[in-house]
Amino acid sequence: MPTLANYLIASGLFFALGLGAVMLRRSIIVIFMGLEMMLNAANLSLVAFSRYGLVSGHQNFDAQVLVFFIISVAAAEVAVGLAIIVSLYRARQTTHVEDLDTLKF
Amino acid sequence: MNLPSIAWIILFAPLVAAGLILMVTRTNKPFAAGLAILSALITTVGGYTLFAKSAEGVYHGFNWVDFGQAFSIPFDLALDPLSRTMLVIVTTISPLVFIYSIGYMKEEVGFARFFAGLALFLFSMLGIVLANNLVMMFIFWELVGVSSYILIGHYYHKDSAADAAKQAFLVNRIGDFGFMLGILLFWIATGGPSGGTFSFVGINHPAPIFVQNPALLAVAVVLIFCGTVGKSAQFPLHVWLPNSMEGPTPVSSLLHAATMVAAGVYLLARIFPILASSPEASEVVAWIGAITALGAGILAIQQDDIKGILAYSTISQLGYMVTGAGLAVSAALPMFHLFTHAFFKCLLFLTAGSVILGMHHEQNIWKMGGLLKKMPVTFITYCCGMLALSGCPFFSGHYSKDLIMACSWEHHRDIFWVVVIAAGLTPFYMMRQALVVFFGKARSEHSEHAHESPLVMTIPLILLAIPAVIAGYPFFEHTFFHEIGSLAEPEVPAYVPQVFLGVFLAGLGLAIAIYGRAPEKDPIRIPFLRRLFYIDDFYFWIVRVIQGGFAKICSFIDRWLIDGILVRGSATVVWTLGFALRFLQVGNIQAYALFFGVGVVGLIYLLLHVR
Repeated sequence: MPTLANYLIASGLFFALGLGAVMLRRSIIVIFMGLEMMLNAANLSLVAFSRYGLVSGHQNFDAQVLVFFIISVAAAEVAVGLAIIVSLYRARQTTHVEDLDTLKF
Repeated sequence: MNLPSIAWIILFAPLVAAGLILMVTRTNKPFAAGLAILSALITTVGGYTLFAKSAEGVYHGFNWVDFGQAFSIPFDLALDPLSRTMLVIVTTISPLVFIYSIGYMKEEVGFARFFAGLALFLFSMLGIVLANNLVMMFIFWELVGVSSYILIGHYYHKDSAADAAKQAFLVNRIGDFGFMLGILLFWIATGGPSGGTFSFVGINHPAPIFVQNPALLAVAVVLIFCGTVGKSAQFPLHVWLPNSMEGPTPVSSLLHAATMVAAGVYLLARIFPILASSPEASEVVAWIGAITALGAGILAIQQDDIKGILAYSTISQLGYMVTGAGLAVSAALPMFHLFTHAFFKCLLFLTAGSVILGMHHEQNIWKMGGLLKKMPVTFITYCCGMLALSGCPFFSGHYSKDLIMACSWEHHRDIFWVVVIAAGLTPFYMMRQALVVFFGKARSEHSEHAHESPLVMTIPLILLAIPAVIAGYPFFEHTFFHEIGSLAEPEVPAYVPQVFLGVFLAGLGLAIAIYGRAPEKDPIRIPFLRRLFYIDDFYFWIVRVIQGGFAKICSFIDRWLIDGILVRGSATVVWTLGFALRFLQVGNIQAYALFFGVGVVGLIYLLLHVR
């Protein structure tokens, strides 16, 4: 039976993996995937806390319900994000973040 | 079928026809014309039935606006002697013009659109005739404006036609604004929110406040009269009517002879009791009418356009009707002239249309000539209309016009002389037109090859020529007018009728003397009259200088203050700020993420540890 700590370590690893992707990769799609992974790492820790944490001796499912909300909002956000990426690609013929520096003087 | 439902069917049949034509049969010419004519015939049958049965009373429909006691505007139909007679006039003329239009519009573009416009126009006019209150009349009044706009601007691809339509609409708006103020003034005077009324019966009883303030009553009546000035093309708002001749000729015939312009006179007859109770307002009305009658008559003698002459003669005759109303003798007096005028003026316009069609759309009378033999039916019917208009004895116009002039002798001697001079001008310019168009020799190739119009056009001409001659006879006068008011011949000295005959013969004789030898060009040229008293130029000047100047000031404010400082100024400030902030950018998304993360960690640290 895994303990809360195991879950939190796994969640931390996922988060670090996602952060690494966001910070180091050049392709915007991979950055986007890293973001999603960070989000789901947070979800995992939420579910774990809900599973192991007892509120006045009873189990509390609030956090698990919250996770469903996060997942559905994330789905919508992915749709918007991908749409932005597609139209970005159409406009610039690139998905590499070094090329997207017009704002810089 | 009971009388109320007949009345409602009459009103809405043309509207249904117009809707069907526009939505279903835009491409099918016979069906479009058929529907419009069918609806017109329905109104004719219904109109005559209502007249024969002496339909009387108010037929309640629904409340258009209903705030209980305080303010309600019912949509009712009123049937009384006045509206019955007007119904007969409108529904007699309309189907004939509709049928004639088949022939005239045969080769034209927008055939179905034209018939839909005619039907819509008929609907609006019937609404005015049957309206029971001022607001309802005002709504249909505006609808007449809209449909005339559509019809005058039928050839909208031509700039002149589009401008004429616009002008007719805008000039009418000026009069209608006064009309609207008058309606509101009457509503307030009859009690406003506590018992104020719009109905003709209600406003024709002088309200107590009007009895105490005759000046206020005069103002209210004159404001209502503004509507007439616009719609019936009285001086100084007459300018739209001659220009509206840009529309197809059947339109001129229907709108500017029998119905639309007659609406203004009908309005005066509707409010006649209250008009007659205000001597000051009657005086204004009578003088405006007399000035219009004379001024338009003078302008007509120098017109070269066959329809332009008729247009000015219409304005002149409308002046007579308005004078007739202003003499405050009887509501039947202007209505009688309206009745006879409707027939002969409609006839004259239709003959003019026949000539124009025969001349392949040449309208300048100095390009015509010698059409007598080529268009015999047109010529004979034209003569009927022309003699009736000129007031020749035994023709309809003679009876109604002389009655107005005789009444003015009795009630207002100054106006009498003005309208008598105008009456002398009428035979002059009509005879000029007749001589130049039909006699002499052909002045252009078109007139050499002119041909008589088809039967579908000549039959309405013949049918209209009959009432143009006989509509003034005592039988018709009695049938249609004895219920509206008395048309008793006033007591005048024996020489007064001889004066009428004298000016008629003088005008006729002068025209024959000048134009009898068929000159090639007009021997008289008076620039002052050809420029239409410079009234149009004056209005143009007002629009160009005053309104144009104001527009320039507005444009300056818009361009420099609003656009320059407010809009572009704020945009410049934001742009400059953004430009300065650009120097903070590094252009690397991961760097931004790092800054963001460091910022979040810093914030958390601050929140947790700094108190």
